[in-house]
Amino acid sequence: MSILVNKQSLVLVQGFTGHEGTFHAEQMIQYGTRVVGGVTPGKGGQKHLCLPIFNTVDDAVQSTGADVSVIFVPPQAAADAIMEAAEAGIRVIVCITEGIPVKDMMYVKEYLKCRPKSRLIGSNCPGIITPPSTKIGIMPGSIHRPGTIGVVSRSGTLSYEAVDQITKAGLGQSTSIGVGGDPIPGTTIREAVELFMDDPETEAIVMIGEIGGNMENEAALWIREHGTKPVVSFIAGATAPKGRRMGHAGAIIGGKSDTAQAKKEILRECGVHVADSPADIGMVLVNALKK
Amino acid sequence: MANANLYIAMNLHEFQSKGLLKKHGVAVPEGMMARTVDEAIKAAELIRESADVEKWVVKAQIHAGGRGKGGGVKVCHTLEEVKKHAGNILGMTLVTPQTGPQGKLVRKILVEQNIYYPGESEPAEYYLSILLNRMKGQNMIMYSPRGGMDIEQVAEETPDQIFTELVDPKVGLQPFQCRKIAFNLNLKGEAYKNMLKFISAVYNTYVDCDASLIEINPVIKTSDYKILAADTKMSIDNNALYRHPDIEAMRDLGEEDPIEVEAGKFDLNYVKLYGNVGCMVNGAGLAMATMDIIKLSGGDPANFLDVGGSANAKRVEEGFRIILKDPNVKAILLNVFGGIVRCDRVAQGVVDAYRNIGEIHVPIIVRLQGTNAEEGKKIIDESGLKVKSAITLEDAAKLVTNVLN
Repeated sequence: MSILVNKQSLVLVQGFTGHEGTFHAEQMIQYGTRVVGGVTPGKGGQKHLCLPIFNTVDDAVQSTGADVSVIFVPPQAAADAIMEAAEAGIRVIVCITEGIPVKDMMYVKEYLKCRPKSRLIGSNCPGIITPPSTKIGIMPGSIHRPGTIGVVSRSGTLSYEAVDQITKAGLGQSTSIGVGGDPIPGTTIREAVELFMDDPETEAIVMIGEIGGNMENEAALWIREHGTKPVVSFIAGATAPKGRRMGHAGAIIGGKSDTAQAKKEILRECGVHVADSPADIGMVLVNALKK
Repeated sequence: MANANLYIAMNLHEFQSKGLLKKHGVAVPEGMMARTVDEAIKAAELIRESADVEKWVVKAQIHAGGRGKGGGVKVCHTLEEVKKHAGNILGMTLVTPQTGPQGKLVRKILVEQNIYYPGESEPAEYYLSILLNRMKGQNMIMYSPRGGMDIEQVAEETPDQIFTELVDPKVGLQPFQCRKIAFNLNLKGEAYKNMLKFISAVYNTYVDCDASLIEINPVIKTSDYKILAADTKMSIDNNALYRHPDIEAMRDLGEEDPIEVEAGKFDLNYVKLYGNVGCMVNGAGLAMATMDIIKLSGGDPANFLDVGGSANAKRVEEGFRIILKDPNVKAILLNVFGGIVRCDRVAQGVVDAYRNIGEIHVPIIVRLQGTNAEEGKKIIDESGLKVKSAITLEDAAKLVTNVLN
């Protein structure tokens, strides 16, 4: 089983004919993802990778019944692409694009509040994968294996590290989701954890966080109240320098709770199994499952 | 760091921030930037004409706070004093609590009218800042009647004296919110009216400029009830600079670490730290995790360096060159998780980079994991170079411990 995406998902690629869009669409198709077409304004009616191109997301949804979209458009156009997908009724919008201005994402968030059927994942994220055949994003498919561990992470390559350790420990993933590292994420860690807790075939959750922001703490407090499955976590950045900030306002907002040490303490207090070393994620998971 | 967790922003000088605020209708003291003593005197004369004042302040312009504590801010009563203080401050290495012990060279000063002049009422100082509340995904105004002092200290001593106001992005800052702020700051009459205008103009500046922070501390109420931005810190969302070429042009590379600027030319995200083990990693999260494992292995990270997802040979080579500029580096750990990019290709890139650079005098540990990891390790092991290889993170950590002992 899985969360959000599975073999039935019909996937659209926004920014289909660009360099990134083309490369990753090919990779996704190879993995078995049901990519049904793409959107590149002005190229509607043509074909790319033997699939139809549409001018608008709306046209594409009408013709293909796509319910998932993955976005590879440049940062200047990405907020617009997300809103277009939501307006067309796309259920899961995965935005890979890095570098979208915060102000744009603030407006996107408001826009999505009025369209509750659409969920955004990202931006600035590796995407979401339900092995063995549904990959929507840029992660390497080969390290994943179907299984019962739900993975949620803010970081790309660090989530691959966690996934790889899980696979090498003889386990597999129900779904692995990268929520991205931007200040205003479409889906938070807590929301992903909730989805995994509700998924009958997810047995345990691996949550990879890092310094900054408050998402891990929010998830931890939710887990303390509602958690029913073991959660294992690693928080990156214990040795990262404090931001060389000029003002002091940020320090007050973040408080002292956005350091790696503080996050780990809160997680432990909430019953989460914390790995201190990134090399031990798999081992801590195996031990947590024995308990 | 690139990952967006520390959301990257371009810092501005005080004079640049005040220029942007003024353009948006925020009242600021009359002032001009100067690079030389002559320019400073000319500026002081012009300010005397337009603002009709006989007192000035000369302020060092560096990207760090606490300038007054280091002697970088001086009040001048005569043009002679302007000349003297400008001469002293320009070219000085200013050490403040935020610069680190090495300090920062002062290349520019701001000459301003002194706004603490006598009048019918006592001047008062407030605190005001605008920034993103990440949990809410909304901009937030934070303010306090206790201005002119370190706001972190206010938060500790009198947390009830710090107020916040969230702004709904759909409609922006509303007049009732400005009124609430002005009332909470205990203002009335002329000063109250001026504060309403002030807050709304500061907020407009924040939104129009894609700022990630505006902090005004203090906001001053003058003896004749004007509301002015006395000191200002402002930074701009890097990702939005493409729509503000005028602000992008304000970037002062002289304020940035030269190695970091160099790294930026190759799209490498480098932050200098003070440890003995250099590292180069693909992806910011994994880079931070790698720094953590260096520490757990008995070393100290010398830097943060994200070579980007593809970790191609050219970037790896430039990454090595940049890390090797740091004399503290006793070992280098390269940690690449090969996904789409195959480990055998990264390994070949490492070998080529090593040969291109020539003799490297510190041990290098290469950890390649992911697609074709075994092939990658084989290429490293058979290269004949003084490079140790590992596949698991655990083995890489042990190798770091070994080379340090």
